[in-house]
Amino acid sequence: MTDAVTPDATTASGPATTTLGLGKAINEGLRKAMTDDPRVLLMGEDIGPLGGVFRVTDGLHAEFGAQRVIDTPLAESGIVGTAIGLAMGGFRPVCEIQFDGFIFPGFDQITSQLAKLTNRHEGALSMPVVIRVPYGGHIGAVEHHQESPEAYFAHTAGLRVVSPSTPHDAYWMIQEAIASDDPVMFFEPKSRYWPKGEVDLAQPGVPLHASRVVRTGTEVTLLGHGAMVTVLLQAAEIAAAEGVSVEVLDLRSLSPVDYGPILESVRKTGRLVVAQEAPGSVSVGSEIAATVAEKAFYSLEAPVLRVSGFDVPFPPAKLETQYLPDADRVLEAVDRALAY
Amino acid sequence: MSHDDPTGAPVPVQLITPSGEVARSEAADELRPFVDALGDDQLRAMHRDMVLTRRFDRESAALARQGQLALWVPSHGQEGAQVGVAHATRPQDHVFPSYREHAVALSRGVDPVDVLRLLRGHTHGGWDPAEHENFHLYTLVIGSQTLHATGYAMGLTLKGVTGTGDVDVDQAVVSFFGDGATSQGDVSEALVFAASFEAPELFFLQNNHWAISVPVARQSRTPLVARAGGFGVPGTQIDGNDVLASYAVSRRDLDAARTGGGPRFIEALTYRIGAHTSSDDPTRYREDAELQGWIARDPITRFEAFLRARGEADAFFTDLEAEAADFGSDLRSRLLADPAPGAALMFDHVYSEPHPVVAEQKAWLASYEAGFGDLGPADVPEGAR
Repeated sequence: MTDAVTPDATTASGPATTTLGLGKAINEGLRKAMTDDPRVLLMGEDIGPLGGVFRVTDGLHAEFGAQRVIDTPLAESGIVGTAIGLAMGGFRPVCEIQFDGFIFPGFDQITSQLAKLTNRHEGALSMPVVIRVPYGGHIGAVEHHQESPEAYFAHTAGLRVVSPSTPHDAYWMIQEAIASDDPVMFFEPKSRYWPKGEVDLAQPGVPLHASRVVRTGTEVTLLGHGAMVTVLLQAAEIAAAEGVSVEVLDLRSLSPVDYGPILESVRKTGRLVVAQEAPGSVSVGSEIAATVAEKAFYSLEAPVLRVSGFDVPFPPAKLETQYLPDADRVLEAVDRALAY
Repeated sequence: MSHDDPTGAPVPVQLITPSGEVARSEAADELRPFVDALGDDQLRAMHRDMVLTRRFDRESAALARQGQLALWVPSHGQEGAQVGVAHATRPQDHVFPSYREHAVALSRGVDPVDVLRLLRGHTHGGWDPAEHENFHLYTLVIGSQTLHATGYAMGLTLKGVTGTGDVDVDQAVVSFFGDGATSQGDVSEALVFAASFEAPELFFLQNNHWAISVPVARQSRTPLVARAGGFGVPGTQIDGNDVLASYAVSRRDLDAARTGGGPRFIEALTYRIGAHTSSDDPTRYREDAELQGWIARDPITRFEAFLRARGEADAFFTDLEAEAADFGSDLRSRLLADPAPGAALMFDHVYSEPHPVVAEQKAWLASYEAGFGDLGPADVPEGAR
């Protein structure tokens, strides 16, 4: 065992909590899933002795061995395609794609094969494959290392798409994703790997595909996922200081979207701002805006507004602060929503 | 074309031994005329390119440690392979690099500061290939560029600017990739296309033995040069730390490709002495003894010994040392003076023709930032963010 979690407090009936970064929480979630189910395998580039370039699989190679923590050849199509075959053979593979921008060599296997095989087998075959993808900006990295490609996968029928924003959710959602009999795209906000948060090791909280209110308010609803939730909470703080009451929701699941809490919030506030790092055109935010307009039209006091990355390639690192939506950009949209 | 030993394993072509002596073998003797045709100045130029690239690496690693680069990608140890093939190209050739070919970039006239601007986060490109001896942009997605190189080479055939038999006019293409890339489908597909269309292309594989933490044995159980034959492409394995072996075999193969012989493949056995990048820690996954063994085969000390043995005077080496020091401080000061890009860079070249969405968003950002007055986000000093 390496780096085992030491719960702060454990009793027979009470909660067991610990404090972890999001990356370490996923590491612990993977360890738990592998311990509980011998069919779970990890596959990816540099995930073995190195522990992955972000160290999310740190220690797992030593603990579970090279047959369950598989350093693959450098080939994303190969990783996903062979994971499909392993899943056909009864394994539950968890693939790591090293960076968001490197998922595209595996795109065909994900969208044309993995997503469709259960359908083509008319239900006779399940595809319990998880694809972990570190994504998003805020780390000042070079090209292909800061992108948010989640909309491509949310657009693809047959895939489930989730993204945790907190260490607690990360610990539980990775286990729930592995337990799912469907393929799950698991987008990890890499800028949140290191900040620590409390993880309740006994109570998962809401289900994998639930959205969740993380701050209550009355005048405007802010909705986002992954690292954007942190930005939305900053915006809510600033708004509160200026006398505006903002509610913040963490989307958590991009496909399917859990509209219950979103519609409930919009019916209360009458205003919705959806924020995302990804470009706004044909995005997850676009879909949510359309659905909320359809389902809560008479509750809306303002059009649903999107705050997004621009519709350009993710820029060189020196421009990322101008590209990525920050609290100011969110508040600009809040002001516009309130002006109606 | 591999020179196999009786056990079937390829014997890498070597023209200079690790101690700098002239290597003797049948293969070496066949290639000797390519080296004999080189004048003293060209041999000196090869050494100079290796030494300046090594200095570039050292300065850049320091800049990365000081937070002046988002990332540094070391080339330490691979200068021999790179300078040899760079000098084997002819001016009319096109070069498609991966992202570690700093010696080739320098040899073909790319300003090293432009390479650093890419790694500083000022640009995704850095130079116009048409104005830099057809040295194309770095590609960070592993193996993708090999297909671009093949397509470019196919186009040369279609245009009739290759295969006439005149080596001073016929064009050819070199594509660079590493041992990790050989596992990518794109690289196999590039070999299929190149062989099928008899493209005038040299596939130049630098096997530096490590794809970040993954040893080459995970990519291939057979010498990688053996793959080429399966695609119908003649392959040669060389001692990649021998600049003259790299030069001679590349010269022979490029001229064969450009004069209608179809594609060729070189596997240069070398070693990534440094980390994969400044974000990597190789002590987590590889043994020091292996590293020390390759440091003892350094391409620069080997070639210096060779040059000294053939009579090169001290003055050349001491002058070069001084030139390298100046080169290092010059690139540092010019990099630090390079202005950070403005937001227009994000919007201005997404398309070649005007695009309404991009135009609207560019205007919106300008107006939004103007709304902050004198303390707009664009004006906040970078360190204050």
